[in-house]
Amino acid sequence: MTAVISTRGLVKQYGRLRAVDGVDLEVLDGDVYGFLGANGSGKTTTVRMLLGLVLPTSGEIELLGERMPRAGRRVLPRVGALIEGPAHYGHLSGRENLSLLDASGRGGAWRTRRRRLDAALDQVGLAGVGRRPVKAYSLGMRQRLALAGALLRRPELLVLDEPTNGLDPQGITEVRELLLELHRGGTTVFLSSHLLAEVEQLCSRVGVLDRGRLVLQDELATLTAPTGSTVVHTPVPDRVRAALDGRVSSIDGERVVVRGADPAEVNALLVGAGIPVTGLALERPTLEEVVLAAAGTSTDRVEARR
Amino acid sequence: MIVVELRKMFRRPRTWATIAVLNALPILVAVLLQLTDLAPRAGEGPPFLSAVLRNGALYPLAALAIVLPLFLPIAVAVVAGDSIAGEAQAGTLRYLLARPVGRTRLLIAKLVAVLAFVVVTVVVVAGVGYVIGKTVFDAQPIGGTSVSGTSLTSADLYGRTALAVGYVAISMLGVAAFALLFSTLTDSPLGATMGALAVLVASSLLFTLDAASPIAPYLPTRYWLAFVDLFRDPIQWRDITRGLALQGIYVGVLLAAAWANFTTKDVTS
Repeated sequence: MTAVISTRGLVKQYGRLRAVDGVDLEVLDGDVYGFLGANGSGKTTTVRMLLGLVLPTSGEIELLGERMPRAGRRVLPRVGALIEGPAHYGHLSGRENLSLLDASGRGGAWRTRRRRLDAALDQVGLAGVGRRPVKAYSLGMRQRLALAGALLRRPELLVLDEPTNGLDPQGITEVRELLLELHRGGTTVFLSSHLLAEVEQLCSRVGVLDRGRLVLQDELATLTAPTGSTVVHTPVPDRVRAALDGRVSSIDGERVVVRGADPAEVNALLVGAGIPVTGLALERPTLEEVVLAAAGTSTDRVEARR
Repeated sequence: MIVVELRKMFRRPRTWATIAVLNALPILVAVLLQLTDLAPRAGEGPPFLSAVLRNGALYPLAALAIVLPLFLPIAVAVVAGDSIAGEAQAGTLRYLLARPVGRTRLLIAKLVAVLAFVVVTVVVVAGVGYVIGKTVFDAQPIGGTSVSGTSLTSADLYGRTALAVGYVAISMLGVAAFALLFSTLTDSPLGATMGALAVLVASSLLFTLDAASPIAPYLPTRYWLAFVDLFRDPIQWRDITRGLALQGIYVGVLLAAAWANFTTKDVTS
């Protein structure tokens, strides 16, 4: 597995504030990488450094095997990006906007432009949008148009900052399907988000940023691996404690956590004791629990200095 | 990239609205002059205006002289101030740079687009002035009168008018360079435009101040109206060459500063 994005000791200092503080990202080929963090934790600054918009104070960035920002001219045409929400020329149509974007920079031959525009608009579900100016678009349509812009050159890597922002539930599902389809086609996806549910449904690897530091980076499956306990739902929790002497680690209403990684064994014991069991499952931490354990309080909070 | 920037510039309704407004003033002045027959006395008011009632062929120059001190610089400052800061404010700058468009290339393309705007505007003002001069006033098709009072052949007049159009365009490039530099410093197009206009207002003000006479030769607006000298007989090149050299230095220094700033700055808009 080769690294598609790799940073070493990435630092961005604004005056006395370290917005990004020694981040070592590693995104492998074929990953759907979820980059999580509270608002103001440095996600967007990191994304901007990856794309060469913000220059790092120190540290190294490699994108698709080449050093950024030096190799930006060679690397960035192979990357599609959606940075902090959509931005277009409001007085022009969506198609005209895409056409201008496609004509900017290298690699957008005009002979094949029409085909590229049609394909990208079709992919994001804007094929029939016509000549309306972008200022008459809804936020969801603008988001789709920005996504179309990122897909114009069939990128190997997609860097997406909050791609489902402003979309309705159907739109979110559509974008998720589109990303999974692109991923099946071999595109690596780097998804920055503060929506845990979105990341949990899409991503195979997760990194968590807290106050500029990468506090966690691992496979989602490892992070949410079974804890070795079994969760039992029963209307009579007290009888469970009596039956499974000493193995009950906590009781919360009808939810009882029992030590033991084999639900079948736990169930057999309970049924043998004549205890009704309404639910039975391996205990797994949710992504939310993992993230909250790793990261501190929200960076929006500004506590008084003592 | 240059083609893209030109497409953006000339597909914008604002560009054409600006040019239309710029032409409205000379048209209004021409109509008023014709209706009242009250031309300013020679040596008063904008250059050439006193002569147009006698010879409409000079009206393109009168039109340029009317818009040059205020309206043309405002239009150029608006367009040039918008070039980078406008993209930053709309958020499109980050998408352009991540495309990627090289920062130096983008700056050059913006500069060329502004230059195209200046040339188109100056030529349109001169062209509309020519049509007005022909229709509203009595134009003398053969030759014209120089400011010095001698007569000029028609070929001579056209040649000198073309030179004057070029000189005005270069003068405006200085304004564009100020606005472009400010445009790379801020994310607010209005701020960049106002900054450039503040420089021009300050320069015009200092020019009228006797105490500022030691620095007067270096003020950016000092030689703007020197294109009048092209219509003296013989042409007085002294102020024109000085004006060109001064604008050249301003443009060179300001563009170098704009480039140095833009290629190393963090794009956080």
